[in-house]
Amino acid sequence: MKTLIKILLTPLLAVSLLAGCETQEAAVAVETTAPATAKDMLMASMKPKNQATMDRLNQDELQAACSNANNMAGDAAAMEALRKAAEASVVYPADGNYLGDWKNGNDIAANGKGLQWNDDPSDPNGGNCYACHQLDPKEVAYGTLGPSLTNYGMRGQSELMLKYTWAKIYNPHVYNVCSHMPRFGTQNILTEQQMKDIMALLLDPNSPVNQ
Amino acid sequence: MTTLHNKRAHLGIAALCAMLLAPITVAQDDDVFAEYRAMMGDENPAIFTIEEGQELWETPMGPKNVSLEQCDLGLGPGVVEGALAQLPRYFEDAKAVQDVEARLLYCMETLQGRDVIELLDKPYSSIGEQGTELEALVAFVADRSMDAVVNLPQGHPAEQAMYKKGEEIFYYRAGPHDFSCATCHSQTDKRIRLQALPNLTTNEGAGFAFTTWPGYRISEGLLRTMGWRMQSCGRQQRLPQFQSGSEAVIALETFMGVNAKGAVMAAPGLKR
Repeated sequence: MKTLIKILLTPLLAVSLLAGCETQEAAVAVETTAPATAKDMLMASMKPKNQATMDRLNQDELQAACSNANNMAGDAAAMEALRKAAEASVVYPADGNYLGDWKNGNDIAANGKGLQWNDDPSDPNGGNCYACHQLDPKEVAYGTLGPSLTNYGMRGQSELMLKYTWAKIYNPHVYNVCSHMPRFGTQNILTEQQMKDIMALLLDPNSPVNQ
Repeated sequence: MTTLHNKRAHLGIAALCAMLLAPITVAQDDDVFAEYRAMMGDENPAIFTIEEGQELWETPMGPKNVSLEQCDLGLGPGVVEGALAQLPRYFEDAKAVQDVEARLLYCMETLQGRDVIELLDKPYSSIGEQGTELEALVAFVADRSMDAVVNLPQGHPAEQAMYKKGEEIFYYRAGPHDFSCATCHSQTDKRIRLQALPNLTTNEGAGFAFTTWPGYRISEGLLRTMGWRMQSCGRQQRLPQFQSGSEAVIALETFMGVNAKGAVMAAPGLKR
């Protein structure tokens, strides 16, 4: 326990305490009652910068449940509860129109900016789809963390397909509880119109994704 | 000092120009940088930063007007060779697990009597600026640790606790994008755009990442430290800003470094 207490002292804190103290012992005498959690340690190790404020370290239920190596969120009942909550968060387009402009969609898919401390909050956020997915086959700089979405539109534009794809973008945890893909709708990363444009990129027969 | 910077700029620009003028037939980013590396040969521009670091290490400074030559980086006072391959580690005098950045700052504070708060205000340089003192010192320590085998001590309970905490933070999902370190760094043979992602949960992946930082970042013309890299990862995670030498950074470095056991130090490397 004593050592746990010792490591709670950040090196920085130790250094700054040393600066203000007569002896090294004084710095070591600082004690904390409970061992630090990962969050405590992050809180003590980070500083807010521009739009990236400290409240971003607060986890919601889903984030906390999926913070592990096996990407499981507990037992089957817990997983289903989280999945249901994700499902309930999805807002489908009020006008029933799912497909926007694939050209805008491609720009949004290529844009990796948004919500970082060095991004201008007045600029629209990007979706950064190409970071993880292949889309337009002519774009060679695509990532591989997610599956290739080239020819995604081959699946057609049935109501089922539209709703499935919309929910997958809006909150992918509906289908994969501990998915690593961002919740673009639920977390307000993209606007409804931006998500419609991404939908068109994926599903419009004229989109380069489907050529 | 000015001469060194001029030489560095000249060398870097000459190679980059040659590279940009040459017809690039391969779209792969990595290949462009591989080409640059080949062209530079042994002439890693980091050599100028290393020289600066050595000068800073040996020059008496601060209110106490002493050099850092008696700084204990874990292998005894004044021993620099191989030190980076065994950091972070527990230091009895500081009663804390420290990484190279925290330890250098500690020595500047305790040996030289310098104001660390001031140094921490800008530990890493911005693009277009000259490198910072901390960056140069880290480059120097890395250079003297070249070819050393990674072997972080895990005998002290504080070191073991740091590893466990690093592992926990590695999987901690947060922020508007729900990202954790594991989002990008827990699978093998994956990439973001064209950038290959080391799997930091494996010996091979952690070994590659651990042994090649600090690195000379070609695209920025600056020497970048592991602490800077963590800060950059945190930014992309949409989280607040990691501070140099902070506990969470040290925990993550411990997690990575212990996973990297047996790998051979190759820093400062050349990075994209």
